[in-house]
Amino acid sequence: MKELIEFISNNLQIVYIIILAIFVGIEVIKSIPAVLHTPLMSGANALSGVVIVGAILVMLHSNPTDYLALGLGFTAVVLGILNVVGGFAVTNRMLEMFKKKK
Amino acid sequence: MSIILSIIYLIATVTFIVGLKKLGHPDSAKSGNLTAAAGMGLAIVGTIFIHDLQVPTIIYVLIGIAILLGAIIGWFIAIKVEMTKMPELVSLFNGFGGASAALIGIVEFGNSDIKTTSATIVATILSAIVIGAITFSGSLMAWGKLNGSVKSIIKIPQYNIINNLVIIAIVVLAAFVVIENIDSQILLYSLLFAGLVYGVLFVMPIGGADMPVVISLLNSLTGIAAAITGILYDNMVMLVGGILVGSAGIILTVAMCKAMNRTLLSVIFGSFTATAGPEGTNKTLGSIKSTTASDTAIIMNYATNVIIVPGYGLAVAQAQHVAHELEELLVAKGVNVKYAIHPVAGRMPGHMNVLLAESNVDYSMLVEMEDINPQFNNADVVLVVGANDVVNPAAHNDPSSPIYGMPILDVENAKHVVVNKRSMKAGYAGIENELFYNAKTSMLFGDAKSVLADLVSEIKNM
Repeated sequence: MKELIEFISNNLQIVYIIILAIFVGIEVIKSIPAVLHTPLMSGANALSGVVIVGAILVMLHSNPTDYLALGLGFTAVVLGILNVVGGFAVTNRMLEMFKKKK
Repeated sequence: MSIILSIIYLIATVTFIVGLKKLGHPDSAKSGNLTAAAGMGLAIVGTIFIHDLQVPTIIYVLIGIAILLGAIIGWFIAIKVEMTKMPELVSLFNGFGGASAALIGIVEFGNSDIKTTSATIVATILSAIVIGAITFSGSLMAWGKLNGSVKSIIKIPQYNIINNLVIIAIVVLAAFVVIENIDSQILLYSLLFAGLVYGVLFVMPIGGADMPVVISLLNSLTGIAAAITGILYDNMVMLVGGILVGSAGIILTVAMCKAMNRTLLSVIFGSFTATAGPEGTNKTLGSIKSTTASDTAIIMNYATNVIIVPGYGLAVAQAQHVAHELEELLVAKGVNVKYAIHPVAGRMPGHMNVLLAESNVDYSMLVEMEDINPQFNNADVVLVVGANDVVNPAAHNDPSSPIYGMPILDVENAKHVVVNKRSMKAGYAGIENELFYNAKTSMLFGDAKSVLADLVSEIKNM
């Protein structure tokens, strides 16, 4: 409990950002037509690949002789970018289909 | 952190919000996706090149190889995948994101001197590992279930007890590491393992129609894992991006549950199958009447209004193209054809729209549930292809039914209802459908694709 209060007081900005971002997420998604649920889900999925940024940071900070950290970081980058590129590409492909029929 | 990188992250964060917002409207969805993708690209490039670390060239080379490798594989999968396989694909990609978060957590645990690191940082690292592991194994489990390599619903004895024990083990283990500041690889890997086990256990009992809800939930969890990793690096784009996906994912999950008249808790605890049919109500339902493709072709050919109700079976049989062929043929003969789209038709919400769009079906022919329901009265023939629970009248008139209250398509108001199914096997919900026993209903058994192809050739010959 003490730790938690300490964390909040040390990271007040982060706590604010988290709470505001939660509300932004809710507002942005509210009342989406069911037609778009599938593309939206895959688009949001691509966004969660933002974890790639962390994976890159891991690699940038790791020592070239620390093979374990490098290996794990490398795998994390591959998986993260797969999530990002695959997610956006497939969402685009789906939305493309919606567009062409007029 | 350099101010330029901070500004890049800020721009990326804004593109995420704008992108998500635009994804919610049919006209702007495509540009929304591209906006968010551009922001992501900017954040990635910025992260690699803008910093004041002394990074040996070999690391840059490795990062380049990793990105190229993952991007090519991801692109290739995205271009090649069949649209019917969308649920599998989303869960697979999602699992990769979760794994990435878990791996980052493991590296950071190894890098930090846990004995002197503050408890909140340790807790953050551990939650990234655990949540990442849960989403990874859970998503892979979901992927396996959806593509059929894992049998649909596995019931293990004492499931709830085992499940709870694993959660308790995770919490106790993590608390122990955090409070005692123990730098132990063994504990770390036990925690990772427990997370992986929990992910499998979590998805294991969930089946059929509930899978999209689980995928959406896991998607939201990956967002949270990314956000937690963001706290670790004090990185705003990860934090805000992750939280956005997390909260949007939860809202989307709840919206899907609503469309199926389910609560999130009942999906997770899987009461759907448990409540199904101990009464054996099928005895009183009467008999079914089966029909042939040529008879169906005749009534469709001479009908004025035909409504096609595509469902999961159509998606599984990949029959969307031949459905479009049938519809074109009927339209050419002067029949007024429409598709009735239930919000959860297909293998995930909105999936049917994607599939029919892929087969070039005119958008104006797809009519949503609220708009089509009053039109069933005027329909001469309703052709139900591989849909079951979304046309089950029990949702209206049987309060004891697990799907009672779920909005459905009122097909029984039409003059003739032809139901194509592979067999009399019950739908996802495992419940009887009295529509099949209705005097107006004829059953047209067979695989959706071949039945529709038969209809097409019969009508062509008329």
